[in-house]
Formats: sequence, structure tokens, C-alpha cells
Amino acid sequence: MEFERREAPYVRPPTSVGRMMLEVLFALIPAALAYVWFFGAGFILNLLVAAFFCAAGEAAMTHLRGRPPEAALSDFTAMVTAALIAFSMPALCPWWVTATASLFAIVVAKHLYGGMGYNIFNPAMAGYVVALVSFPMYMNFWTAPRIGDIDYHYLDFYETARYILTGSLPESLSFDAISRATPLDTVKTGLKNMMTFDEMYSNPLMGDFGGRGWEWIGNFTAIGGAWLLLRKIIRWQIPVAVLAGVLVPSGIMYFLDTGAHASPGFYLFSGGTILCAFFIATDPVTAATSPRGRLVYGFGIGFLIYAIRRWGSYADGVAFAVVLMNMARPAIDYLTRPRIVGHAKNEAR
Amino acid sequence: MRPAATFDLGKLHGGLRLPSEKTGSTAMGIQVVPVPAQLVLPLTQHSGNPAQPLVGIGEKVLKGQLIADADGALSAPVHASSSGKVVAIEQWPVSRRYGDPAPCIIIECDGRDEAVELAEPVVPYDTLPAESLLQKILQGGIVGLGGAVFPTAQKLMQANTQALEFLLLNGVECEPYISCDDVLMREQATEVLRGAQILMYSLGLQKCYVAVESDKAEALHEMADALTALNDDRIVLKMVPTIYPSGGEDQLVQLITNREVPSGGLPTDVGCLVQNVGTAAAVYRWICQGEPLISRVTTITGDGVLSPMNVLARLGTAVSEIVAFAGGYTDRAKQLIIGGQMMGKSVTTDRVPLVKATNCILVMSQLAPPLDERPCIRCGECAVVCPVVLQPQELYWFACADDEVKLREHGLIDCIECGCCDLVCPSHIALMASFRQAKARIHELADEKARAERARLRFEARTMRREIDEKKREEELAEQKRAAITAGPNEIQEMVERARRGKPQRERTKKGPE
Repeated sequence: MEFERREAPYVRPPTSVGRMMLEVLFALIPAALAYVWFFGAGFILNLLVAAFFCAAGEAAMTHLRGRPPEAALSDFTAMVTAALIAFSMPALCPWWVTATASLFAIVVAKHLYGGMGYNIFNPAMAGYVVALVSFPMYMNFWTAPRIGDIDYHYLDFYETARYILTGSLPESLSFDAISRATPLDTVKTGLKNMMTFDEMYSNPLMGDFGGRGWEWIGNFTAIGGAWLLLRKIIRWQIPVAVLAGVLVPSGIMYFLDTGAHASPGFYLFSGGTILCAFFIATDPVTAATSPRGRLVYGFGIGFLIYAIRRWGSYADGVAFAVVLMNMARPAIDYLTRPRIVGHAKNEAR
Repeated sequence: MRPAATFDLGKLHGGLRLPSEKTGSTAMGIQVVPVPAQLVLPLTQHSGNPAQPLVGIGEKVLKGQLIADADGALSAPVHASSSGKVVAIEQWPVSRRYGDPAPCIIIECDGRDEAVELAEPVVPYDTLPAESLLQKILQGGIVGLGGAVFPTAQKLMQANTQALEFLLLNGVECEPYISCDDVLMREQATEVLRGAQILMYSLGLQKCYVAVESDKAEALHEMADALTALNDDRIVLKMVPTIYPSGGEDQLVQLITNREVPSGGLPTDVGCLVQNVGTAAAVYRWICQGEPLISRVTTITGDGVLSPMNVLARLGTAVSEIVAFAGGYTDRAKQLIIGGQMMGKSVTTDRVPLVKATNCILVMSQLAPPLDERPCIRCGECAVVCPVVLQPQELYWFACADDEVKLREHGLIDCIECGCCDLVCPSHIALMASFRQAKARIHELADEKARAERARLRFEARTMRREIDEKKREEELAEQKRAAITAGPNEIQEMVERARRGKPQRERTKKGPE
């Protein structure tokens, strides 16, 4: 009897990139629910806009590069990019800002650098950075989280959709009337104006550690992150190192001079720290891959997040920290190669 | 009291817990395949030079008769595995070459299975000096039966000169489906251990570890019982975790002794000599019973055969016969693999014979689908499972770029080709195959470089010769010139005449043959 020849091994991997990315999207659901609960339906609209433009960009670029778009779309990497962009945007954000971020992420940061697997920069963060430096007014326009006991006009779904699609607010409201500083902003300007932490925390938007609402979003994000760890979609090194990178310097500063520095818990539960630790810094393509390299890479991101928040001019530093460490990634991987079994310790370094 | 199996000392990086798939083939004991009508014995059933045939076509041979002798330092002899007549020495499909042909001795069996008389009578092995014992092992045609088929005697002789501490008997058998060592240890534990004693004696060793995977409870039980009966406290039974590839030679050394075999080195560099349990049993049968290596236990399994089992078959029996013995193919048999599902060889035909290396015949009902490769996303899962701590994601990158320097730097030659990385790759990249190719290319490049270097040396030598010739000619010309200048008119006249005479002569000789 005759048979066909195949290459060993004769079993096929049970995983696939598409399945991994679906699990990542699945793990983002708790965070998305929390986000919608506290900041309204704007998130869903942002997500739809980002998803549309990411998918369109992916299809157009793969087509231009002479590859089948179905294959590229079926791995859901563009959808993960879209989701991360939606999480980074303020809940109220004109559609074209989100579209710009999405298109830059996919077209420039991803495909012009060679497409999936070859991009140097985290597409979502590159897109976010471009939107942040191009449209600072819209990108810093945050509303108050839904916390109930404050005097505030929360936009309903219709008003939210109208703003996102046309850029116009209800007639009775102005930007200033609904714009609220984020906790990171509150602390940054507070420290600049020589306020004490008691004064800052008297702001009804501030919670136990970070801002009210934000803390819960952080918790729900961490649940998704724990799921990814459990499913071994991500490994522990990067999340732990990012969190340590934030906690260690902020902890040292806090204990050296408690009056002049916010607590480590504040930095942990504000802005995008936890989302970054589990979902952004862990993007495999742009992250370091050796175990020690991942620790260095993650810690670098965490440290930069803290440094930018504390001493930089931007309120949050997640996107800049990630993009900066993306640049350092090849060197980190090269310098942190583990010792191969059977080789001497310091061989050929 | 039965000696309990102790657990390992060292730790292996990575590896995979694979479904064992062995229960089907271990349900019954070893079945004996009858003498087939025809035996096909390849001249290369070992690593090294092919054996040299000693028989002619039409010659009668007996079971156990030497029919091809070892050629050179790294080779092994071949014995007839039953009695009959040599009908051909020709090319025949072999599993070593994936079903492509290689030289084989083909014997038509007479069915009488007559055994040859031994050249030397069997004597207690410990009456022989170690050296002649090694020579004797060499004559038995015994090679490593774990699959690498390195001639056992040469391995022992090479090791003899080194500082050895342990004999390590490998009964791990970590690949899914394969269970021939498992059933061998269940049924022939004493033979295995006696073989270990012979090997220890030949090497002057006082310590032997027998490593068995933790999921082979019955084999562990039988081995422990046999060990008690043998009452040899130099031999210690060791249990290793059921993780693929803990049965790799270097990996096993690391597990049992917590020592790492240096890159490019051998287990003997860290004081260990590793032998498969089947090899030990074969050594015992040859030295104590006078039977050379003419048969082996092999697993026939997979969902493509009707009744999976372990069989004892003569070397040279066609795989198709063994399949028929095991009930034949199911109607969905699609793929034939000689060896395991991780490292085995996919062969194109079942006409290939059972050889010394054949530890498993795996018939799958499903053809492994072609891989839909995607770009590497650098998730690093391959690095997590790599037992030698390589960074396959980096190696793959450099293999695509054909960057020999980087490939070496990142340890391509340390890759043991276990295939763990392939099994966890979400992008479905054929990593092992690409590393194999990259290794082959590096060897090719080295060959090419050597060839180019030889060509360069030849070219330089030629240039130098030419220069010397040129110089000589110039000197001669200068000499003649000088002579012409200093010569008087008579001598010039002579020279001119000489030239004139010379010219037509040359023309004549040229035209001569016409």
C-alpha cells in the first residue's frame, strides 16, 4: 500500500492566533461592561467606529499588499487593536478622532512596518499617541463617571451618539459644564498648585485609591487579565513587571515624602495601568520574548508610566511608555537571552 | 522487599505533557510474528558505513549467520534472521529514506528456521576480559535500539577511555504511541537487568540507573521485582516524570544526574553512558544465549490498524506483513509513520522492512493537514516548551533570513528536533522542519566553504607555478639576448640558419599525419 509523505511532527497545534485573539476579546468583556456602566454608551460607539476603521484598514492594506484579506481579518488581531483603542479614548469623542487613531494604527503602525508579526510599535498605542498629540482638546475631554451622588448632567444615549457623530452637545450644555478632570489630572494639577492630598481627595470624583469608577474598571480589567493568565494566553512576567514598575518607584517616593507624592495605590488604580499590564504591554508582537527580557520590558513600561505621570506634562503615560519600550525591545531580547542547556554561563555574550 | 523507584534529581526545562496513546498496544503481551516468506535486510541499519555483504546470490544462509560485515570503525554487521536462500542484493524501499530505495540483501525463507552453529561457544561473560567482551558485542550486530541505532560496541569503546561514573538505562519511552520498551520491561525485566550487568562489567562501572517513566506502573513493578530477585544493589530504579521529551539522551542525563551534557558533546563528557533497555536485553541475548540481533520488539499501533499490539518480529519482515499480523489496516488508513508521532518518519510504502531502528509502526487514519502558516507573532510559547532553552522565535527569524552567524549564536546546533515548539505554535509554523533545513544549509555552507578554500589553494598554487615558469622563461630570453648582443657576426649567422632550418622542420612535422 502506498502512502503520502508528511513532515514530522504529525500532530497539529490545538491553538491558533485567531483563537488567542478571541480569548483576549472575551477577557475584555468585564472591563467593557464596567466602562459602559461608569462612562456611558459612548464606549460602545467608539468601539464600533474603531472596529469599522480597523477592519477597513486591514482589508485595504492586505489587498494592496496582494494578500487575501479574509485570512488577515480572520485572526482578529485588528479587532483587538480596535478594542484597545476604544478603551483608550474618552467616552465622548468625535468619531473622526477614533477613526484617525484606528487608521494610523492599522495602516502605518502595522502594515507599513510589514504587517502582523513585523510591526515594531504597538498599533493601538501608536494610533492613540497620534490622536493625543494631534487632537489634545478632544482627547482630554473626559466626563464624570456615574457615581450617583454628584450634581451632574449625564448624557443619555441619543445625546452621546449625536456628539460622537456630529460633535455637537445639547444646547443647554457647554464643554466646560460636562468636562471633568480625571483623577490623574486632579492630582497632577493639585501637586503643581501646592495642594495637600486631603484637599485633592475632597473632590467627589476621588475614590479610595484612584478615582471613583476607575477603581472598579481596574478591578474588572484585572479579572479579564487573570483569565488570560489562567488560559496561558499571556505569561506572568509582563503584567507583574509592569505593576512592579509602577509600584516600586511610586512606593519609594511615597515613603520618602508622603505629602508630596500620591500613594502607589493611586497610580495602580488610575488611568490605564491595569489595562496596560494585562492587555497592552502583553501584545506579543511588540513585547520582549525571553523570560528575563519580559521582566525588563514590563518594568521599563511601569517605570515610564510613573515617571511621565509624575514628572511629565501628560496626565497619563501608558501609550508613551509602551511605544518607548517597543523601541528598546530588540536590544532587550538580545541582551537577556537565556543560557542554552549545555552552554557555559557567560558564553558569547 | 521490593526496591522503590526513586524520583529524579534534576529538572528539565519545558517539555509537553502529551496524551500517551499507549493503552491500546499494551493490552496484550508480546505476540510473535511467524517467519515471513521473504526477508529484506538493508545493509545500513545503523549510523555509519553500510555493512559489506559476505554472501552471494543463490547462497544458502542459516538463522544467525553473518551475511554482511561491519565496514570500518563506525558500522555494524548484519545477520540473517531466518534460514533460506539469498535471492538478490538490490535496491529496496527502506524507512530510513522515507520509502526510497537503498541496498538490501533479500532472502527467500525456507521456513525451517535452522540456526547456524556458533563460532565460539557461549561462556560466562565475566570470564572474559572486558576488551574481548567489547569485541564480542561488536560481532553481535547490536546497535542502539531506541532509534538512533549507534553501534553499541563503538559507543562502549569510545566511552571506555573516558572517566565514566554511571550506566544509564533508558526505559523512558516518552513519545506517544510507542510502548515496545514498556512491554519489554514487563516481560523481560530480568534479561534487561542482566544486560545492564554485562554492560557495567564491560565498562568497569559500579553504578547503574534504570530510568522508567512514571506512567509505566506495571513495567516499574516488574523491574523492581526482577531487581529484588537479582539482588544487585549497584542497580537503582529511577522514575522520571511523564513529560515529553524526557527520554532524549541528554535530557535523561539531566533528569537523573542533574548534569548538563555540554553543547556539541556527549553524555560521556559528564560521566554517563546511556543505553536503551532493549539494547541491554539484546546484549544479554547475544552474550549469554548466543543469539545475535536478528529480531526486535516493535509497537504496531494507531487508529489505522485493526488491533494495535506489540510484536516480536524478525528483522527484514515487511511492514505490510506485520500490519497483516495485527489484523490489517482499517479502511481509513491514510498515513504510515515509522517511529512516533513527534519524531518518526513518514514513509511512502509499507514494503519497507522492519529494521533495528523500527521501534514503532504507526498507522494514522487521518492525514496530518497541511499547515496554514501565519506570520510569527512572537508569543514565545515555543521558548517556554523548549527543553534546551532555545528561543525558537528568534531562530525562526534568523532561519528565514538565512543568517548563519546569528543561527549559530542562538544555538541552532543545540536543537534536538523534538518538535515541542511546533505543537504550541499558534501561527502553525513548521519550526522543526525549518530548523532541520537550516542545519542542513549550514552544513552545506561549510562544505561549500571547504570546497571554495580548496579551489583557492589550487588557484594560488597554479598562479605561483606560472610565475615561476614566467620568470624562468624571462631569464632564458634575457640570457639569449645577452648572448646575441655579445656574439660576433659568425655566430649570428649560425643562429639565423638554425632558425631557418628549424622552421620548415616544424611545419613538416605538423603536416606529417595528413
